Amino acid sequence: MWPFHAPGSIRLRLTLQLLTGAAVMALVLFLIVYSFARQIGAESQDRILSASATSILDATTVQSGNISVDIPYSAFTMLDNSVDDRVFYRITQDGEGLTGYDDLPSARQDQGTGPAFDTVTYRGEELRIATLTRRVSVGGTPTRIDVTVGQTRDAQADVLARILRMTVLLGFGFFAASALLAILAGRSTAASLSRLAESVSRRGPQDLRPVVAEVPSEMRPLVASLNSLIARLSAALTRTEDFIAEAAHRVRTPLATVRAHGENTLRRVSKEENRVSLREMIRAIDESSRAAGQLLDHAMVSLRADQLELSPVALRPLVADLVDRLRPVAELKDMDLRFEASEEQEVMGDTILIQNAVRNLLDNAIKYAPPETPIDVALTRDEATATLTIRDQGIGFPATGADALTGRFARGENATGVIGSGLGLTIADEVARAHGGTLTIANTEGGPGACVRLSLPLR
Amino acid sequence: MRFLLVEDNQQLAAAVLDRLALDGHVVDHAGDLGMAEDYISATDYDLILLDIMLPDGDGRDFLNAQRARGKDTPVIVLTARSEVSDRVGALDMGADDYIPKPFDFAELEARCRAVLRRRTGTATNVKRFGNVAFNALEGTLTNGDRVIPLRNRELRLLEVFFGAPGQIIPKPKLVDRLFSYDEDVSENAIEVYVGRLRKKLEGSDVSIVTVRGLGYRLAVP
Repeated sequence: MWPFHAPGSIRLRLTLQLLTGAAVMALVLFLIVYSFARQIGAESQDRILSASATSILDATTVQSGNISVDIPYSAFTMLDNSVDDRVFYRITQDGEGLTGYDDLPSARQDQGTGPAFDTVTYRGEELRIATLTRRVSVGGTPTRIDVTVGQTRDAQADVLARILRMTVLLGFGFFAASALLAILAGRSTAASLSRLAESVSRRGPQDLRPVVAEVPSEMRPLVASLNSLIARLSAALTRTEDFIAEAAHRVRTPLATVRAHGENTLRRVSKEENRVSLREMIRAIDESSRAAGQLLDHAMVSLRADQLELSPVALRPLVADLVDRLRPVAELKDMDLRFEASEEQEVMGDTILIQNAVRNLLDNAIKYAPPETPIDVALTRDEATATLTIRDQGIGFPATGADALTGRFARGENATGVIGSGLGLTIADEVARAHGGTLTIANTEGGPGACVRLSLPLR
Repeated sequence: MRFLLVEDNQQLAAAVLDRLALDGHVVDHAGDLGMAEDYISATDYDLILLDIMLPDGDGRDFLNAQRARGKDTPVIVLTARSEVSDRVGALDMGADDYIPKPFDFAELEARCRAVLRRRTGTATNVKRFGNVAFNALEGTLTNGDRVIPLRNRELRLLEVFFGAPGQIIPKPKLVDRLFSYDEDVSENAIEVYVGRLRKKLEGSDVSIVTVRGLGYRLAVP
């Protein structure tokens, strides 16, 4: 029956409930006041009519067997008011009209002597009449005298209309005040809820501290269960991270051992076929360790990209740092890693993600370009974007389907013989997208080599 | 050079020790942080190779404690963990560089060289024969009064020759030292680099001699 059942807005529900209550109260208030006013109005008219009739009756005397009526002036002045109410009267002796309006009806239907009242229609107007009876003895004969006084109800209707207006205003005022209070109550109830929601949603994905928002006692169980959920989530995440670290450790350490022994053995053997197998072994180890590393990185990148935590990232030092770090690797192939940046460029992003993307792109350039060629890394900007361009003089991307290389495990058809997992460009592409940027891969125009551009929106 | 290797995996440690000894370095091995403390209180090392996950603690805490005590022996962290997540921590705590496992010895050497160049300057480890001086750290060859810069592969090739003067060094051995495992190179590629070195050694007391069918030999006075 109640239309605003859960789910829905608590605030709306509470406000509507309070508003409905206020409307009903206002209506009841209106009805009580109005009917009370109406009753008081009617009663006071009746009292005056009765008093008027009494004073006329009091002025009725029996003089030498005849009934004489000397209607006092006050009998009508007491009925006088500002509005043009008209007054009618009639005096009868045993039902026979003595004076007044002969066709004015009587309010009396019984034989009693107390005042009787009635509302009648007389000459097309609504009239309130009062009839008073007295028994007198005229020459020894008991005679009954009826005095009927009538008055139109214009003044009363006028007063009632005024009261009606006031009551309606009062009702509306009451409703408006209640409505205001209802909205405030709804808001303050919803506010404590939304404060809690805000204190939870404002936090970054890494923030798993318990919630300590001030909440009403009814909401404390909610906060308590929220905190226990956070605690469990935090424990689960820590376990997962520890597990990944442990798994990587367990896989990579023996791989490192095999690789190191392989290299050492290679230095000691001279038979060509043994050397070939050993080199193949080392390549396979590199392949698997790289795949393992990239898979873990890719999982981490996907996770962080889903709930991106943005902070200002200065690109120039970030790239310079990575270039420095990879320089020893490039130098092993006698490659020159050249870095040029025009000015400081700041983007909003996740430092670790951007580092990961840039490192993968630099890694690729070093891997795929031939020895003794330069790699040019440049950081430029236009109005809204910072662009990192990495140009090498290597084999470039295959003529067809360069864009498909950002797909998972996709590798260029010309990449055979180079160790790779096919995830490097995927990672860089995902990072670019997560930041609202783009990764474009192409071959350098008019020259050999690949040209990769990572564009990120400036802060 | 004197290294301290802090690594709890015995097999890996054995392989690294073997390799560094092959290259003529002196290496001590600590299996945990406690042993590492003992070693560094007794000896001065040129470089520490530090694993992160050790049985009695986190290598980064050890590093932090070292730096807090004002000991600034260069440290290269060996990590088996995902590269991104560890990088921040290790470098922030004062590591000079880090290398993920499994690593290429050539890369490890290159990183050691880069760290030592940054940290200790130039004066160490200069090998002289007659009017030729070879500074592996700086990457320069002095021929008479000419100082000639070397590219990385020339440098590594000279390192092999100067490490075993007068001995015959077979071509395959040079291939291993110069090229990475994902490059398919023929032994002839070595000739290019030997040719360049000969040019740089022209007119000096030292020369690289071809021993037909066997390899090369550094002829020194």
